[in-house]
Amino acid sequence: MAASSDRNPPPFPTAEESEPGLCDMADADSDEGEDIFVSNSNPVSVSRGVSQPDRVSEEPSDLFSEEAASSTAAKANGVHSDDDNDLFADTNVELSTDKSSSSARKEPSGPRHASTFTPSPAAMQPTSLEQLEEEEAKDSFDVDVAVTNPEKIGDGMNAYVAYKVSTRTSLPMFRSKVFSVRRRFSDFLGLYEKLSVKQSLHGCIIPLPPEKSVVGMTKVKVGMDDPSSVEFVERRRAALERYLQRVVSHPSLLQDPDVREFLEREDWFEDKFQEVENEEQQLRKLHVVVDSLVIHRKELCGNTAVFAKSLAMLGNSEDNTALSRALSQLAEVEDKMEQLHQEQAASDFFIFAELLGDYIRLLGAVRGCFDQRMRAWQRWQEAQSTLQKKREAEAKLLWANKPDKLQQAKEEITEWEARVTQYERDFDRIGMTVRKEVLRFEKEKAKDFKSQIIKYLEAMLQSQQRLIKFWEAFLPEAKAIA
Amino acid sequence: MMEEVKETASVLSVHDDSIKVTEVLKDGDTLTFIIVSQKLSGTGEYHVDRTYEDFEWLQQHLFSQGDVPGIQGVIFPPLPAKPQVNASPRSIKQLGFLALGECQPYCKALETFLQQVAAHSILSKNKAVEVFLTSSDPPGRQKVKKNIFNRLSQAVEEMRKEGHKDVDEFFQNERDHNLVLTGCTKTAAEKFLDVVATEQKIAVACGHFSTALHLCVEPGEDPDKQAFSRVCVKLSEVFESIKKNMTSVAENNVNTLGLGLDLESRYQEAEREMLFRRTCKLVELENAQRNVEKAKPVKKAAMEEVKKAAETEFEHTSGVAKQEVKSTINNCIPHFHVSFHSGLVC
Repeated sequence: MAASSDRNPPPFPTAEESEPGLCDMADADSDEGEDIFVSNSNPVSVSRGVSQPDRVSEEPSDLFSEEAASSTAAKANGVHSDDDNDLFADTNVELSTDKSSSSARKEPSGPRHASTFTPSPAAMQPTSLEQLEEEEAKDSFDVDVAVTNPEKIGDGMNAYVAYKVSTRTSLPMFRSKVFSVRRRFSDFLGLYEKLSVKQSLHGCIIPLPPEKSVVGMTKVKVGMDDPSSVEFVERRRAALERYLQRVVSHPSLLQDPDVREFLEREDWFEDKFQEVENEEQQLRKLHVVVDSLVIHRKELCGNTAVFAKSLAMLGNSEDNTALSRALSQLAEVEDKMEQLHQEQAASDFFIFAELLGDYIRLLGAVRGCFDQRMRAWQRWQEAQSTLQKKREAEAKLLWANKPDKLQQAKEEITEWEARVTQYERDFDRIGMTVRKEVLRFEKEKAKDFKSQIIKYLEAMLQSQQRLIKFWEAFLPEAKAIA
Repeated sequence: MMEEVKETASVLSVHDDSIKVTEVLKDGDTLTFIIVSQKLSGTGEYHVDRTYEDFEWLQQHLFSQGDVPGIQGVIFPPLPAKPQVNASPRSIKQLGFLALGECQPYCKALETFLQQVAAHSILSKNKAVEVFLTSSDPPGRQKVKKNIFNRLSQAVEEMRKEGHKDVDEFFQNERDHNLVLTGCTKTAAEKFLDVVATEQKIAVACGHFSTALHLCVEPGEDPDKQAFSRVCVKLSEVFESIKKNMTSVAENNVNTLGLGLDLESRYQEAEREMLFRRTCKLVELENAQRNVEKAKPVKKAAMEEVKKAAETEFEHTSGVAKQEVKSTINNCIPHFHVSFHSGLVC
């Protein structure tokens, strides 16, 4: 981000006295020593009265409660009302220019700015063209975004690439100073689409994300190892980074809730659901492979048995006694081998194949839980919209002045209000339950797999040792032929 | 290019058991085998390169020794079937174990052929053997004169003559025994081939499992996820090594017991052919005898001549055959000796 350490922000309307002090401190701080993202300096203030209370964001003011609170799953289902954050939607805020002097500026101006805090955005508008132009001239921002770590998730045609979107910021409106989320290409596109239809952003130049590429993506899905795929992903990663940087450089866009959501929202449920789906796919593949292994082992059993018989017959036909005996012994060893193969096949099957089969079904059950939560949410949303309709109906009745029906309408409203509350509680509760259950499931799964695999390896070790014994017993017979 | 090889007796100038087929070179569709053998006198080696056609040339020369008495009683060391670079499924089936592995079993089979020829008291005397093993030029490709073994006619008559009762108990036993043994060995070889093929399939499946497990690894700081990923990685490594083990077991099987059974099986076939030839001679003799009895006085003398010739031939053949059979018993042992010193079979 552009850092013009020489620039001072324009004086605050009520903060002129403190300027000299500001300048001094600004000079005192140098760029080299301080990294804003590491230090616990208070976040920088913004001008035009939209100020940051002089506290770290753990004590949120009303405005910031949404971001500051850790996102309990309740509203983080991708759906939350935009009301809370619209305060900034129309505000032309100017962000500070100097990272290093942020802490310097804070102390003197804090308490004063709290008083200028006002929820009405209209008052924030710049009143003169001059001021507008001045703002545009400032070009450094306290938000730094990076797009890194492209990772291929999933397999085959369902695969996609997830990028790590990291944000470093001193702005108060974000939940913390440094955070990162995982996003895929379609999320970037989705952001653009949301922004481009927004009434409030009409007339703004919305930066464009990189173009879709079916060919490029298909190659990546199929296999990411060849140089052209690697190059494709790298180009896209860089393009996405530039895109985001342009977005956050735009003052209006940065304030946009969708942008903030894009940068920081981590929907635990969405991510987990994706994980669960991926895992199910992987286990299915493993299951197929294990099945084929089991089939081949059983085949080996059969073939070994037949071979043992043919050896026995050969042994009987041979005149030479030493050779004949050796062949008969070999036939016996092969019989024992058949036994071993049988056990090995059983081990493969019962330990692995069944384990995988069980977990594939269990993951289906996990998905079911997510579905139930989704249904609970839908029920809640529907109740809310029904309530809304009832309220409208009541309003209409008031106008039409039909007191008899009004009573009924009021009763219905009460009923539905209760329902809405109930459903919301249900949704919250089911969310918590699902979350707990998934964590428990994962623990169990790790334990289960570990113990089964240990069992398998121990069984295999034993069978290998028996195998060695069989062959060592046979060796003297073989040597005796000559 | 050598001149036409005279069918004069010669003494082989190399140690028969030193003959080695050390390498095979692939040039497009042609395979060239490098054969090394140690000189009998003094030190030094012969290095020659031969194609499969050269081997056939040698075999043809050995077959066409009509003037050697009792030649039909010789158990001719079997030459393996022709190898193909891009083998058809039929030829793979025909080659059996020799088609597996890189070229090792096949080279060993060729080596055994040469060693057996060189060690044979009658066959080694053929000049063609000396030429084949020592001449730096490739042996001639000219057509050899008619060889006494017309296999096609043998096949047709086989049904009738194979069961012909023998006059000699030794040979009758040997024929019966050989029939049983040939069947058993061939079956054992086929079944073992199935075993090896399945072992290879298991190796491949283990490889797939190992790869699939590796794909299960997911990044993440979640301790449970990390634990699961670690388990998957370890298991993937285990199965990778199981795959390597299986592959080497299958390879070992091919090179030892597989090869042994193949050599044994083909050698017994060769013995069967020899015994059949002898049986044919017997039938010839008996026919000649009947002709003498039935002949009119005019023809009788001629028939008598024929009968005498047939008799001589039969006696020579039987004599050689008996020797061959007695020495065979020592021949097969080395095959199995080699194969039983196999590594561990899984």
